[in-house]
Amino acid sequence: MIIRFFHQMGSPRYFYNVAGKMIPWFMVGFLITLVLGLYNGLFVAPPDYQQGESYRIIYIHVPAAWMSMFIYVVMAVSGLISLVWRIKMTEIIVISSATVGASFTFLALATGSLWGKPMWGTWWVWDARLTSELLLLFLYLGIIALHSAIEDKRVAARAVSILALVGVVNIPVIHYSVEWWNTLHQPATITKFDKPSMDMSMLIPLLTMAISFKLYYGAVVLMRARAEIVERERNSRWVQELVEEEAK
Amino acid sequence: MSTLSLTSAFSLLLKRDLVLAYRRRAELVNPMLFFVLVTAMFPLGIGNDAKLIEAVGPGVIWVAALLAALLSLDSMFRSDYDDGSLEQFMLSAHPVSILVLAKILAHWLVTGLPLFIVAPLLAVLLNIPASAIPTLMLTLILGTPVLSLIGSVGVALTVGLRRGGVILSLLVLPLFVPVLIFATDAVKTAIVGIPTTAQLSILSAMLVGSLVLAPMATAASLRISLS
Repeated sequence: MIIRFFHQMGSPRYFYNVAGKMIPWFMVGFLITLVLGLYNGLFVAPPDYQQGESYRIIYIHVPAAWMSMFIYVVMAVSGLISLVWRIKMTEIIVISSATVGASFTFLALATGSLWGKPMWGTWWVWDARLTSELLLLFLYLGIIALHSAIEDKRVAARAVSILALVGVVNIPVIHYSVEWWNTLHQPATITKFDKPSMDMSMLIPLLTMAISFKLYYGAVVLMRARAEIVERERNSRWVQELVEEEAK
Repeated sequence: MSTLSLTSAFSLLLKRDLVLAYRRRAELVNPMLFFVLVTAMFPLGIGNDAKLIEAVGPGVIWVAALLAALLSLDSMFRSDYDDGSLEQFMLSAHPVSILVLAKILAHWLVTGLPLFIVAPLLAVLLNIPASAIPTLMLTLILGTPVLSLIGSVGVALTVGLRRGGVILSLLVLPLFVPVLIFATDAVKTAIVGIPTTAQLSILSAMLVGSLVLAPMATAASLRISLS
């Protein structure tokens, strides 16, 4: 039954319909967890004993940073699937994820920088994590630029899949080299925000926000995928019927 | 036709590319000139401070090498793409990744090796002590092939585009970062007089890794670009 489900999901028309039904659920879940997470994070959770109130930006910053890596892995896996089995839908997932991933990476960088100003006294330090996050943003931008430069969208999707795979092989190398570079060139004067244990009252809103961001990503990627399907399949009969129905 | 063995196909392709490059000698000098010019611009921009120039020297040389490699990358498959011989390579009975490796090797011999040759001169210009020059040369001979190998994937993806140059730099420069980090660090360590085995080993590992993986990715990308 599961195999049959995946076969059916490979068909753009079926995917379009199922995605249309799934989006509202994702959106409702996203809004509920967003409100819960933000309320608990911003009002209920106690202030940090060292950083006071400014630590609260982690409820946006950390989930965004997690998403930036999660989405890249999703892209690489669906890129691999689309290169090996030539499934149209995974190609569409790769493309639809890129912009969302780039936005989350940018959000993580921007919030980190806003947090760095009161905490470290500067907007930007060449810290290992910041630097690898910045390079991740460049990788995302490269993928978006390559996709928009190739006119045939099926060719573009496969080129982007290869690029995502090359990137995912390189990300650990980049990450560890940046870390090495950082430890050699910059003494660890900055106490970073990774305490091994976190109080439950802070951890629960953080995890709620992480789930919320995942649901948001699910909703947005499905919306973008539906738009992409309609654009690609605009000459097929079912899309034309769909448009005629909408016009009525 | 099938009598042509893989090794002879490899060497024929290598020879052909080298002959083609030799026929256009003026273009051969360009990456090297660019490398020297960019490096010479830095002291002019920084100011005549010997200590400061020495401190930034290894970084300047390597960033200039990255830019020179980037500048010359675009020509790797360009003419073969334009005249259709790239499609013939795809149709040949031999694995495309091996043929691609021959092209990458030819490209490195033409553009990477000259950088290696002029590097000692630039090191002297930038006050890098003579004791660190062998390390600089070693990092260049280990690192520049990695640039050509990783770069070939980017070129293969953008060869069909009319304005691929800017996109190429966006694709390739983030992937060059590990080479830059370890190479400049090796030179800086050598200036202080500490052994650099660790950095050189990692650079060699990168070379071996990209030697195995990059030609396959390049071959797959070329198939997509030509489809």
